[in-house]
Amino acid sequence: MIDATGMPQSAVVIGGGSDIARETLRLLASRRLKSVLLAGRDQHRLEGVAAELAALGVTTTATTYLDVTRIGDLEKFADDAAALLGRIDLVLVAAGDLGTAELGELDAPRSAAMLEANFVGPAAATVALARVLRIQGAGRIVILSSVAGVRVRRANFVYGSAKAGLDGFGLGLADALEGSGVEVMVVRPGFVRTRMTAGLDPAPLAVDAPEVAEAIVRGLETGATVVWVPAALRAVFAVMRLLPRSLWRRIPG
Amino acid sequence: MRQTYRRELLSGWGRAAPSVATVARPRHGSEIAGLISPGAAVPGARIARGLGRSYGDAAQCAGGLVLDCTHLDSVIELDEGSGTLRCEAGASFDALLKLLVPRGYFLPVTPGTRFVTVGGAIASDVHGKNHHVDGSLGAHVDELVLVAPTGSITCGPGRESDVFAGTCGGMGLTGVISEATMRLIPIESSRMLVDTERAEDLDSCMALLSEERERFRYSVAWLDALASGRRLGRAVVTRGDHARVADLPSREQRDPLAYGPRAPIAVPMAPPVSLLNHPSISAFNEMWFRKSPRRRTGHLEQIPGFFHPLDGLGGWNLLYGPRGFTQYQFVVPFGAESVVKTVLERLSKARVASFLAVLKCFGPQGSGYLSFPSEGWTLALDIPLGSRDLVALLDSLDLIVAEAGGRIYLSKDSRLRPELLKVMYPRLSEWAALRDRLDPAGLLSSDLSRRLGLCGSDKAAA
Ligand SMILES: Cc1cc2nc3c(=O)[nH]c(=O)nc-3n(C[C@H](O)[C@H](O)[C@H](O)COP(=O)(O)OP(=O)(O)OC[C@H]3O[C@@H](n4cnc5c(N)ncnc54)[C@H](O)[C@@H]3O)c2cc1C
Repeated sequence: MIDATGMPQSAVVIGGGSDIARETLRLLASRRLKSVLLAGRDQHRLEGVAAELAALGVTTTATTYLDVTRIGDLEKFADDAAALLGRIDLVLVAAGDLGTAELGELDAPRSAAMLEANFVGPAAATVALARVLRIQGAGRIVILSSVAGVRVRRANFVYGSAKAGLDGFGLGLADALEGSGVEVMVVRPGFVRTRMTAGLDPAPLAVDAPEVAEAIVRGLETGATVVWVPAALRAVFAVMRLLPRSLWRRIPG
Repeated sequence: MRQTYRRELLSGWGRAAPSVATVARPRHGSEIAGLISPGAAVPGARIARGLGRSYGDAAQCAGGLVLDCTHLDSVIELDEGSGTLRCEAGASFDALLKLLVPRGYFLPVTPGTRFVTVGGAIASDVHGKNHHVDGSLGAHVDELVLVAPTGSITCGPGRESDVFAGTCGGMGLTGVISEATMRLIPIESSRMLVDTERAEDLDSCMALLSEERERFRYSVAWLDALASGRRLGRAVVTRGDHARVADLPSREQRDPLAYGPRAPIAVPMAPPVSLLNHPSISAFNEMWFRKSPRRRTGHLEQIPGFFHPLDGLGGWNLLYGPRGFTQYQFVVPFGAESVVKTVLERLSKARVASFLAVLKCFGPQGSGYLSFPSEGWTLALDIPLGSRDLVALLDSLDLIVAEAGGRIYLSKDSRLRPELLKVMYPRLSEWAALRDRLDPAGLLSSDLSRRLGLCGSDKAAA
């Protein structure tokens, strides 16, 4: 069960090998986390995270291959996760893929694949797990969005638009689940220095994965619906949203 | 007639960690067995609920069935000769006091609110300001009927005494209590004769509470939990007993048992943010301390003002805002006074905005396996949730309490680390064995039991 301070005892993580997921789980393991199912495509990384969590006292650590774009697998995945954990306190949706926004490289299949990896798949997986959580009568869903989706930039407009979709999906789902005992939190990090962004020039206010993890855990404690990381980005984007397009277009990176 | 049940979002008094369950409201005690037996119409876990005054998740059952017992509220027999009351478990202390006080009787133990049910009070084995002389509620129960998944059992201190000991303080996890018989306290009047004294620091407060303990049936200290330094633990200590007719002014002697608690004034709406924050609480505590008399003896008070001062404001728990609050209540043995001091210091240093805190002496432990009160000091503080680093702070306090041989009150808890449970409750394994006998299929469970891994069938924790 989630306790009154928002701390889960069990978690399902989609994109369980990601740096942000790993740091978040490490923090939760120092609190109440006892069982976890890590799902993703890179089995090797998943097992690495699982081993680390086991060493931190998490008693059940399972990993499973999951490609969120294989929509047909998702309902069964949710049922299997419930059967394995008994009760899912937290769902962390951290799957994503930066891809490209070079017009020369983009074609129909590539752009569709990016939208699926960052929006369609994660949203569909969330719906499947939300069904389980509603039956349980309690639970928390944390969706990794991005400031890239708050106002989409040319530099990563496919990724950004997918995140915009996922962000809106998360907020809408939060409202739809009102009164069900299930709560949703949307996390909007800025530039996070992770494996996914390796090789890119960090944007101003860049953060590391542990800072995002801390913000997520604090959001669970305070019962936040939207979390910006760093918190200052909220104010920054209040302004950014108002910039004229001619200026916005010229923002680099 | 076919019953239809609704799914409802339920929480404890602290309004944190709500969950949805199907809620059944039996109108007759005979319906209970059908609702909790293995072949019940609604599958899944189940737990009883009274008036939801436990602070945490004890009376919740996410995804399962909650039996709201508040309609099982009949008084079955009041024997005015022997002073015993037999009633259904959903009867509220509020209703019972209205019946009993004018007849010259009082409930043997009453918690800080009268809006609790008999069943909920037994399941928590509640204590009152008289614990140091009278013990907890279980010590005054002659007999109760427990509907367990394996069948109904009539138990008491001299009959199926292990079932009784597992049920008093058993948090509803041994079955549903359908009725109980309690011994009452005879009273001459509905007034209380009270001594009030201000204590400038913790040592003098503790001295007041422990000296001549037996002389006062009821005693308690209200601490200013925000005071620090030299004033740490400054408090208003009230001690008293039921007034005799001779203690009343002559015009009141004609109707000494008149009892008319005012209906609570309700908080009109839930504010979107907590109104109880550090500045507002600090100002309140200061004012309240200053307005209390330095020393006053033999003052007459009414029962509600003395026992249930918070009941005057209905729904005051809403004032903590949407994130809710928890109550941190622990007991440590005599000799571990420093733990009380350390806890107050740490909370005050972390600027945790605690409203008034309550300090009391407990007498010897009762027979309940999971019963909370044991001889020593008990401190209770309301703490708003949602602030940063609260988890780590409270976790560190738990360790100090456990190390001193103390424990946390499950009816107030909503966040204890499961590993500490068996340290704090040394009779846990006896209780678990009894429970498994009464509920071999593991049908009874609550959000509390799952969170703490209380029952063998509760998978998540352990
Ligand atoms: C303002 C305030 C002051 C308080 N002061 C005190 C105090 O001084 N001393 C003290 O000891 N406590 C105190 N409490 C706590 C309160 O007395 C207990 O939590 C009590 O159990 C609440 O009774 P309830 O009917 O609301 O039960 P609920 O909160 O609904 O349920 C509490 C537990 O009892 C079980 N239960 C309920 N009905 C039954 C039944 N029929 N059969 C079996 N199990 C059942 C539930 O499963 C649950 O585990 C206080 C609470 C508040 C809000």
